[in-house]
Amino acid sequence: MCKVIYVKLKKFFLKKTNKLVIHNNMSKKSKEKQAHLLLLLAGTTSILIVLSIMLFLFKEAAPFIIDNGVSELIGTHWRPVSFQKELFGILPLISGTLIVTMLAACSAVPLGVCGAIYIAEIANKTEREILKPCIELLAGIPSVVLGFFGLVVVVPFVKDFFGLETGLTALTGASLLAFMAIPTITSISEDAMGNVPKSYRDASYALGANKAQTIWHVTIPAALPGITAAIMLGIGRVLGETMVVLMVTGNAAIMTFSPFSPVRTMTATIAAEMGEVPFGSSHYSALFCISVVLMFFTFIFNMIAQKILNRQQNV
Amino acid sequence: MFRNYIQSISFWALRIITYLIVLAIFFIFFDIAWNGLPAISWAFLTEFPRHSGTEGGIFPAIIGTFLLVSGTMLTAMPLGIASAVYLSEYAKPGKLTRFIRLAIVTLAGTPSIVLGLFGLGFFVIFMDFGTSILSGSLTLACMILPTIIVSSEEALRSIPESFREGSLSLGATKWESIYKNVLPCAVPGILTGGILGIGRAAGETAPILLTVAAFYLPKLPSSVYDQVMALPYHLYILATQHPDTGKVLPLQYGTAFILIMLVLVINIIAITLRSYFRKKYKW
Repeated sequence: MCKVIYVKLKKFFLKKTNKLVIHNNMSKKSKEKQAHLLLLLAGTTSILIVLSIMLFLFKEAAPFIIDNGVSELIGTHWRPVSFQKELFGILPLISGTLIVTMLAACSAVPLGVCGAIYIAEIANKTEREILKPCIELLAGIPSVVLGFFGLVVVVPFVKDFFGLETGLTALTGASLLAFMAIPTITSISEDAMGNVPKSYRDASYALGANKAQTIWHVTIPAALPGITAAIMLGIGRVLGETMVVLMVTGNAAIMTFSPFSPVRTMTATIAAEMGEVPFGSSHYSALFCISVVLMFFTFIFNMIAQKILNRQQNV
Repeated sequence: MFRNYIQSISFWALRIITYLIVLAIFFIFFDIAWNGLPAISWAFLTEFPRHSGTEGGIFPAIIGTFLLVSGTMLTAMPLGIASAVYLSEYAKPGKLTRFIRLAIVTLAGTPSIVLGLFGLGFFVIFMDFGTSILSGSLTLACMILPTIIVSSEEALRSIPESFREGSLSLGATKWESIYKNVLPCAVPGILTGGILGIGRAAGETAPILLTVAAFYLPKLPSSVYDQVMALPYHLYILATQHPDTGKVLPLQYGTAFILIMLVLVINIIAITLRSYFRKKYKW
């Protein structure tokens, strides 16, 4: 009799615990599914953000295109506030961006690549441990601080050195922008040179080349895709830089190809004029059109760089 | 022998160029420190600005930057870590994953002023948050999200497969093994990425130019919908739009010094943490 009761009680409790175990396993499964879903949603936020950025830019730029047409933008005068007709030609702004970017690239690319070659191949271990963090610290300097430094130190220097009327020129802006591009170029080029297989260098040494010949004839050509990607990413960064050019290049929306004249870039235009523009006016939409063009340029540069890097990784 | 001469000359040229770059970095830092240190005093750090910024301190700007950075981190860290976990653990190679990576790269390359414009149009006007800490933090979060995702994903990928395999073989589910086994080990790398993100968010001006920053506020913000002063914006206005440039120069240098010290200290902490953990966890 006691045995029967004991067996029945045991069965009862086992059923309960089995149910608990089954319930636990089922809730674990649904927890799994919930976790997977939440993470998927989090993963797609980046896509959502980028899509909404593009959507918004196009939505706010559209009124200008619909009212005035694209030919209005292809003009050589940017005079958005005027008693006579307002002119929205963005060619001076594009030329300003291009001058400043090209000048910055001319100094940043050689300096950055040379620095990368030295750090990756020639420096010994202790030097590398000091130099790499230094370059990373340069990358961390806020752009306002660099612009401020340019304003108080570089601008008077350029004015005195070249004997100009004002030191706020494309050249000053370009030299400061080079500072912003050098860390990007250096670190990515250095990664690219580190990824060159050791066997390449060993084969070159085995054939009798010394270190400089190996670097020049073997390592650099092998790392060339990565170095090109680094240059494109650096230029992309320079294209989108706002505060330095706003403070230092003089903000004159004229079409010129001289490095000694003040210019105005697309980024500076957006930053400077956005605060004072009446919401919904054609000036407002024109500023969004500029940002569409800007986004397009940086997108192209970054895509090319990314494709080169991906191809290199797959190889 | 000739080629050895070429080698020595070229190596020395490269050495000089590299050290010139380092010299320029230190020149910038020392110029700001030399001129900014005299302007720093306890009063400078704890008082409110007076006479439209020509006297007094920058206390509200420091508080404002601190609030903005906290809001940004609260939004960006969970989202970024979750995205990184999805990308490294759950994502299958396919169209969706490719699009996500494309989106991250695009977001990383967007100019900061375009993000500021997006923040203005979307958070301030469309969602009607107004120029507030909320809009500013969300815009800054969009900006540093790629940084956090990339560094967290690297941290997660550096953990050997054996951790996950061991946990799974003992009967844990996938989410359990990630949550309890892999993530705690990846915390150092994630932390480093977060600290670098803080450094970037503290120093950026363009996103907050249009969405949150004000130059002269009489009191500290009381709610998340208030405008706030911020260090980078304060420096920008002092340097370019203040009518009394002579009087304000020491304050400009002081603000620049505080900002650069803040960002430098944050970056040095991140770099030290990273090398410490790299040496410690040699797996």
